[in-house]
This record gives sequence, structure tokens and C-alpha cells, in this order.
Amino acid sequence: MDEKQELLSLLSTDAREDVDDIARQLGTDPETVEGLLDELESEGTVRGYQAVIDWDNTDSQRVAAFVELNVELDRETGYKEIADRIAKFPAVESLRLVSGDYDFAIEVTGESMQAVSQFVSEQIAPIPEITQTVTHFIMETYKEAGIDFGDRDDDDRLSVSP
Amino acid sequence: MTLQPNDRVADTPESGIRKFFELAEERDDVISLGVGEPDFSAPWAARTAAIHSLEAGKTSYTANRGKLELRREIADHVEQWGHQYDPDSEILVTTGASEAVDLALRTFVDPGDRVAVHQPTYISYKPGVRFAGGEPLPVPTGADNDFVLTPEALREAGAADADALILCYPNNPTGAVMDAEEIAAVAEFCVDNEIDVIADEIYAALTYDGEHTSIATMPNMRERTVVINGFSKAYAMTGLRLGYAMGPPDAIEAMNRVHQYTMLSAPTTAQYAAIEALRSCEESVDEMATAFNRRRRFVLSRFEEMGLDCFTAKGAFYAFPACGGDDEAFAENLLEQEGVAVVPGSVFGPGGAGHLRISYATGMRELKTAMNRIEVFVGDR
Ligand SMILES: Cc1ncc(COP(=O)(O)O)c(C=O)c1O
Repeated sequence: MDEKQELLSLLSTDAREDVDDIARQLGTDPETVEGLLDELESEGTVRGYQAVIDWDNTDSQRVAAFVELNVELDRETGYKEIADRIAKFPAVESLRLVSGDYDFAIEVTGESMQAVSQFVSEQIAPIPEITQTVTHFIMETYKEAGIDFGDRDDDDRLSVSP
Repeated sequence: MTLQPNDRVADTPESGIRKFFELAEERDDVISLGVGEPDFSAPWAARTAAIHSLEAGKTSYTANRGKLELRREIADHVEQWGHQYDPDSEILVTTGASEAVDLALRTFVDPGDRVAVHQPTYISYKPGVRFAGGEPLPVPTGADNDFVLTPEALREAGAADADALILCYPNNPTGAVMDAEEIAAVAEFCVDNEIDVIADEIYAALTYDGEHTSIATMPNMRERTVVINGFSKAYAMTGLRLGYAMGPPDAIEAMNRVHQYTMLSAPTTAQYAAIEALRSCEESVDEMATAFNRRRRFVLSRFEEMGLDCFTAKGAFYAFPACGGDDEAFAENLLEQEGVAVVPGSVFGPGGAGHLRISYATGMRELKTAMNRIEVFVGDR
């Protein structure tokens, strides 16, 4: 693996490490890590650093839904144009073009189920190319971004062993 | 007196690991860098295979040598290290590498035979040799030579007359590995002096710099080597108790004779887990190895920063820094003052004195805290 790939792989498991600790783990120096991070950010490979949050553990009333979108393209409008329009809404957490029965899979968040429904019916559905929306409210999150919310950190190994 | 242990048992002291275990257990704020097993669980697919085998009622003995299906997977798996072993006649599945080591010793050691054991090394070999009626012959290795075993050290220790050698690289406790050239030199010594080799390669898959070289792949060595490996370390399956031995048909047949009378067969559930581990869990192994490698570099660079002399450990999940002075006192005080448990090097034989075994089979968060605490401790001395 080259240095960039190694850095990406490390960041994808823990983006909270400071530059010195990253450098130690990759066997390089902090300046190199800074340089690579700058490069990765400016070329648009690394788009952000976020915590993986189990919102159900908080007081937040946050509601999320997956929404399937079907679209009809015409000569002037492609997926990209439609995606650009949808992506601008802050309530849209993620947006992907997928294969299969529908075209876009998006994740929408809001303060209540009503707020999410309203957003979908008033902001998304009216987009001329969109022919159908199917909303799936998320009832429970078990795993996100590779992290299993059911895994607790109970180390039952002997504290000292051969 | 009743139930009096025989002399060999009576003369074998309790392992020095035990004392530190007890000290560490007395407190609940301890970060332990003293653990000799991975901090991961066995890959999920392997665990599921074990569960399915139980659901299907697979709870009987297997063939003495282990399930043929498993031996076939093992034969394929070890080709990566240049091994060619016939699943029918040259592989024996055992209850941990531990059983394989014990079997090899009881099978090949005659009373009074001298068995060379390089120092420092894994704690079971010397007692194992004694239980088998042999005489352990310590051969020192040191930091000056990155804890690599050399023909010179063997010769100096009188190992030219030894009957067998137990070779453990990548090494517990030092994390040392031996490259092809170094292995070739030891192999030549063994061929010249007609020494059999028990090669414990349980950490082979955890080799970070370069490739693991097995002594059995050196000229004229296959016929005099039993290679031992297992699932404990690379597959994080310590509690499932599964290992294996590989060697020429006559040797494996002889070991199987002891095994069939003393163990019958290795744990069945674990064998199902192991088959799946070899079939589909390479990615999990790579992920674990990557995590270990990052931590290895981390601890090595932290030791350098705090001025603890530490050679570049290249395998297993141990680093072996010099602590300057009495390692037992260092480890005891470190535990008492900073709540970090490590194992003093002298537990692994005299060659380990003045060093500490640092296991980095611990999450990065704890590892960082532990290193900071060690730095404070070293700074205060
Ligand atoms: C070098 C070495 N060999 C063998 C073993 C035992 O392995 P197993 O769990 O397969 O019996 C260990 C465990 O610590 C070890 O470090």
C-alpha cells in the first residue's frame, strides 16, 4: 500500500487521531502526514471528518428516512443535473444513484416524521423529473459506517498471560 | 505422602507470568500491556461456522489427525510460506500449538537428550523439554543482534551436541524475526550437527517487515523439522484451542500415536471454525495484521521518543525495550505507580533480563495512555 492509501485506511477507522500519532503509526513524520492530508483534501478525496453518532442514545428527536426516487430523464436533463438539485437541500444527508427498481436512494433527516414527510412531498416530489417517491422511516440503527452499535467493549482476557 | 508430584514437576517453578497476573488483578485501573493474545475476537464467519456445526449436532470426535477437510485447507494455506505437506500423511491437527509442542517433545526426546532452546523465548519450551525427560540447553540471543539466533551462539552454548532445537520466530517475547539468510545459517548448523528442529511458527502470519521464512524450506531440513502453527494468534482463536503440526509422514505418524492415546482428537467445534477461517477469513487476518503493524510502529516510535532503547521488533505483537537495570523491579514499580502492566523480560529466560515485554494487542486509545504513563514513569526515575 502506498502512503496515501495507508493514511486513508487509518482515517477510515479513526479520523480523530492527531497528526503526530498518525505519523507514528504509519512510520513517517508529522510533516509528511500534514502534506498528504492537504493533498487529499484539496484533490477532493477526503471530504470531511465526522463522528459516528448513535442518535438514539441522545435526547435528540431526530428522525431519518431512506427515500427511493424514480426519475424520468429527458434530452436536457441527466441524473447529474437532478442529483445536483436534490443535493443542495441540507435535509438530504446522502444521495446515491443505484441500480435496480429505482434510481436514487437518499437519506433525509428532520425533527419529526411530519417534517420529513413534508420535506419529501413539498421539496422533492415536485421536481419535474421525479415520477415516484417511496419513504422508509428508519426505526432502529444497528450498524453505521462499519461500526456495530451492539458491540460493547468488554475485554474478558486475562490481564497478563504468556 | 500422597499425590507427591514427581521430581520433574516438583522441580519446575511456577511461571513468573503468574505473579504479575496476580499483581495486576489487585487493581482495577490497570492498562495491561501484558496480554499474550489478540484483542480481537475470532472472525465472525468462523464463529458462525462453529455455531452451525453445533446446531447440526456435530459434537462427536473427529479422526485422530483432525478432519481431512481441515487438513486440506491447512495444506493450501501453508503454501504461502513455501510448504508442501500432504494432508493425508503429513499434517496433524492438535489442541492448540501447545499440544503440538508437547507431542513433538514427547515423541522425539529420549531421556537425557539435550534440546537447545534459544533465550529469551516462550515460557513453555523448557518445562516441556523437562516433562519429556530431556535437558534444556539454553542458547542466548541478545539485543546486540536483534535477538536473532546464530550458529556462533549455538556453537558457543555447546549445541553442536544437542539432539534437537526449538526455534520460535517470529518470537514471543521479543517480536524478533529471522530473515532467509539467518535461517539458512541455522539450518546449515542443524544439518551439519544432525539436530532435529521443532519450529514454532505460530506468529508467521504476523510478520510485518519482509516475508516469514520457515527453516523447513531450507535444503535438507524438511526431513528433520516439525513445523508447528495454529489458529490462536493470526485468527484470534486462542480459546478455541486449535493448532497443527506438519512434518515427514513417519514423524507425524509417531506424534499421532501419542496424540491418539492422550487426546484422541482436537476440539471438533474448533475444527469447523478453522475450516471456515481458512476458507473465507483472510481479510479479517489482514485487517488485524494492519492494526497490529500500526500499533507496532506507534510503540516503537514512542519508546524512541522517551529514550528507551528498543530494537525494531518485526513480528508477533510484542516489543522488547531495554529498561536499564532490574526488569522485575521496573515492572513492579510501573504497575504500582502508573497502573501499567508489562511482563519483565527475565520471565522468558536469563537473556531477557533488563528488558520488558510490551504486548501491543491492546486498542490504540489504551496504548496511547499506557505509553504516556510509561513516559512519565521513565522521566521520574
Ligand atoms: C510462541 C508461542 N507458541 C505457542 C503458543 C500457544 O499457542 P496455542 O494457543 O495454539 O496453544 C503461544 C501462546 O502464547 C506462543 O506465544
